[in-house]
Amino acid sequence: MSAPQGSVRQQTLLWVAQRASAAVLALCVAVHLATLIYAVRGGLSAAEILARTHANVVWLVFYTVFVLAAAVHVPIGLRPVLAEWAGWRGRSSDAALLGFAMLITWMGLRAVAAVFA
Amino acid sequence: MSRLKVRVWRGSGEGRFESFEVPRHASQTVLDVVTYIQRVLDPTLAYRFACRVGMCGSCAMTVNGIPRWTCRTHVDVALKDRGELAIAPLRNLPVIRDLVTDMTAFFDKWAQAKGGFQGSRTRREPFHAIAPEKESRKRIDAAIECIGCAVCYSACDVVARNPGYLGPAALNRAWTLVNDERDAARAERLRAVAGDAGCHACHTHVSCTERCPKQLSPTAAIAGLKRETARAALRGEL
Repeated sequence: MSAPQGSVRQQTLLWVAQRASAAVLALCVAVHLATLIYAVRGGLSAAEILARTHANVVWLVFYTVFVLAAAVHVPIGLRPVLAEWAGWRGRSSDAALLGFAMLITWMGLRAVAAVFA
Repeated sequence: MSRLKVRVWRGSGEGRFESFEVPRHASQTVLDVVTYIQRVLDPTLAYRFACRVGMCGSCAMTVNGIPRWTCRTHVDVALKDRGELAIAPLRNLPVIRDLVTDMTAFFDKWAQAKGGFQGSRTRREPFHAIAPEKESRKRIDAAIECIGCAVCYSACDVVARNPGYLGPAALNRAWTLVNDERDAARAERLRAVAGDAGCHACHTHVSCTERCPKQLSPTAAIAGLKRETARAALRGEL
């Protein structure tokens, strides 16, 4: 038997968070890719794109949501990968994944701040 | 009369395949082949069967890499384009000897998943009538015909990677009871089937559904349990 990893309710809520963040990501990735293709086909340079994102609150909110959804989604998905492929279960695994979630959040929000500022 | 080459797993953990040749017949089943070997060629061969008509779930084995009920599997189907049969015990269960597995863990998990009906009425009360056209009753009908053969358990890669996982058959059984309005242990059962060892461990590979000889869909049952346990968790009832 695997080591206990929080209560059954917490494990179920992790699954709910995984599904909910996947729904947000599906929308975010679609908008992101469509915008990317549109901008490149229009022949915009990096400087011109940055000029458009600068001080634009809509893109700030959009990419903040994108980063937070990824930070929720990715570590929960990695959790069974670590358990089933590396045999890493229990509190140490959950602590490492929490750290990874914070790393993604920090790196992502830093990038969002850079295109907004 | 043509002959069929058969390789059969012998021994337990340290075993190996042993080759036999058996007479080939029309409409021959894999169980016929194993029975011929045991009765004519090597009486020490250990295997399990009972009904021979696809009801009891005792005769499941791995045939050319695929878990199957051997009594209802024709040699023609199992062979496909290969020239010989390789017959081994079911995967994901300890082998006792030859083709016989120890199914204790498989059935213990049914009990862990609260697979037993728990009624709330006594024999002095009237029957609890359930209309056949009721949706919950139809969901039970779709999942109830499991014969406990462990083919799904053997086909499941999550069972192989996560030994604590309850597995498709136990979860499918729990799903029939979650939909049974007479049952009084719903909350307890949802708690038993949720989380890392329960329905949330399923990766929806669909191997169980593909291999189930009764054409059931444990995958659909597990998806139903995911929904019901999520609702219960969000309401704080789990």
